[in-house]
Amino acid sequence: MNEMKENVLQMENVVMQFGGVRAIDGLSLEVNRGEIVALIGPNGAGKTTAFNCITGIYTPTSGAVKFGGRDLRGNAPDAITKLGIARTFQNIRLFSNLTVFDNVLIAEHLRAKDNVFSATLRLNRKEEERMRAETEQLLREQGLYEYKDDIASSLPYGLQRRLEIARALATKPELLLLDEPAAGMNPQETQELTDFIVKIRDQYHLSIFMIEHHMDLVMQISERIYVLNFGKLIAHGTPEEIQNNQEVIDAYLGGSDDAES
Amino acid sequence: MKTKVNMTPEKRRNTILSLLLIAAILGACAFLDANKYSYNYAISIIERSMIYAVVAVSMNLVNGFTGLFSLGQAGFMALGAYVTAILTIPVDQRASVYYISGIHPAIANLHAPILVALILGGLVAAAFAALIGIPVLRLKSDYLAIATLGFAEIIRALISAPQLDTITNGSYGLKSIPGFSSLFQVLALTVVCIGLMVLLINSSFGRMFKAVREDEIAAEAMGINLFKTKELSFVISSFFAGVSGGMLAMFMRSIDSKTFQVSLTYDILLIVVIGGIGSVTGSVLGAFLVTAGRELLRFFDEPLYIGSINIPLFRPGFRMVIFSILLMVVVLFYSRGLMGTSEFSWNGILDFFRGLGKKKVKKARGKV
Repeated sequence: MNEMKENVLQMENVVMQFGGVRAIDGLSLEVNRGEIVALIGPNGAGKTTAFNCITGIYTPTSGAVKFGGRDLRGNAPDAITKLGIARTFQNIRLFSNLTVFDNVLIAEHLRAKDNVFSATLRLNRKEEERMRAETEQLLREQGLYEYKDDIASSLPYGLQRRLEIARALATKPELLLLDEPAAGMNPQETQELTDFIVKIRDQYHLSIFMIEHHMDLVMQISERIYVLNFGKLIAHGTPEEIQNNQEVIDAYLGGSDDAES
Repeated sequence: MKTKVNMTPEKRRNTILSLLLIAAILGACAFLDANKYSYNYAISIIERSMIYAVVAVSMNLVNGFTGLFSLGQAGFMALGAYVTAILTIPVDQRASVYYISGIHPAIANLHAPILVALILGGLVAAAFAALIGIPVLRLKSDYLAIATLGFAEIIRALISAPQLDTITNGSYGLKSIPGFSSLFQVLALTVVCIGLMVLLINSSFGRMFKAVREDEIAAEAMGINLFKTKELSFVISSFFAGVSGGMLAMFMRSIDSKTFQVSLTYDILLIVVIGGIGSVTGSVLGAFLVTAGRELLRFFDEPLYIGSINIPLFRPGFRMVIFSILLMVVVLFYSRGLMGTSEFSWNGILDFFRGLGKKKVKKARGKV
């Protein structure tokens, strides 16, 4: 859908080594503007480690991670979020004891121009009103407004996932990283999520890079798929190419003994 | 204010109740203040409670709202107390205060009005906190607690060091500190300090503190700089601990380094835990209950005779046994403190009494 193929995210030969273990071994990939790209692979393949290298939780042992041509190495996670990369987590990380509204409102503060004095003395009313208005709009768009006063942890699982995505969107990212967004969802919820991901991509002009195990979801909406096994890239291509790739089938069914669906 | 017009009856009732409560508090304070000689004891309990309420809320800011287990409060109070004392002891009385080793010429004529002295005390405490925070706030939970506890002791040791005798008067301490002239001074300071902290907690920065408390990794992913946010909370908390230390110095009229031992931090921690970690009104309530409770139980320290038989348990120190038992009971029945993380609300109070009236087993207090 994108003729120009403007490059948003680029990983070049990234190695992440923990002691003697190479969790990621020479991973190169790219995500273009407006694309939905999936990273798949058996458990322990290094997918979340790759995400953590992008978002600054880990600094890669070697190789480069570039966002819009800019090297991300050495940036802390909060700085990377400021540059325009937002993420969700495999095991949902909401601010569990705060309300749905506050969860999103906190993320809105990223672009606020106030300081602790103006905020305490309520001199930042304009900023505060902007943040609240944007939060309200975002919650309405995501169908979460009716739950705005509920405590985040009291929401049903599917809605918690959706809130986590809404919160990530509140930081106004260009690139959204989704770490197993459909984990623990039933087929119907997964289908809803599939449509939801395409919808937010179009609505917020995002590029989306996701880790996912639900193959229906991955094959349905990904433009390109990368397959990781034991930290190494074993395949890369369109959903059709990946479905027919013998090495991928072996990695999932033959070689490894953990059955993934 | 655009409220008044479209207030629900419930809101109106709550506003009226709040106004009544404020009027009652002001009235009670005015009465006590007018009869300060006959109610000396009650006034001193109330003043101490208010000062402890300020520290407790400041400790809650770091421990309850930002989720940092810090135990440095006594150290920061000591800094505030000494700065306030040094700046406010009347110049002509300084020779008699520093009669052992004399006074350092730099501070001999340094004098400031009470309010300025209190703020400076807070600022000095905040500056120390900023320095200490750089290495210490990288630690987590128990390690942070031990490190802050250690720093508080270092501050205390510095204050009593012989090398600083001409400034802090070493182990002799400082006396002749001017006291509060009226209960209203303490009340005003307390209201302003706690009010500012409440405003902060409910501001966009307060929300960031809570985000850090809830989940550090998620907070970082939302663009919150962990270190800056923790440092901010720690510094502001220490500022108010410093101010309350200055208030304590004025309340006690004489201080020495022993005033600010670790046990003071534990007293404050006790108030925070009893009141509810993460509840401002809980801390205020806790400050009054713990301070007043400790005093009102004094009757257990007096010898008690039934007929001519002396009940052997009633002797000095027994009240602390009773006090500890009461604390255990409170903690057993309210494991999250009296208020948990909820704040005082009239709806909560009324529900509570309705619950008692109907002999309901479970009472809905605040929003649980």
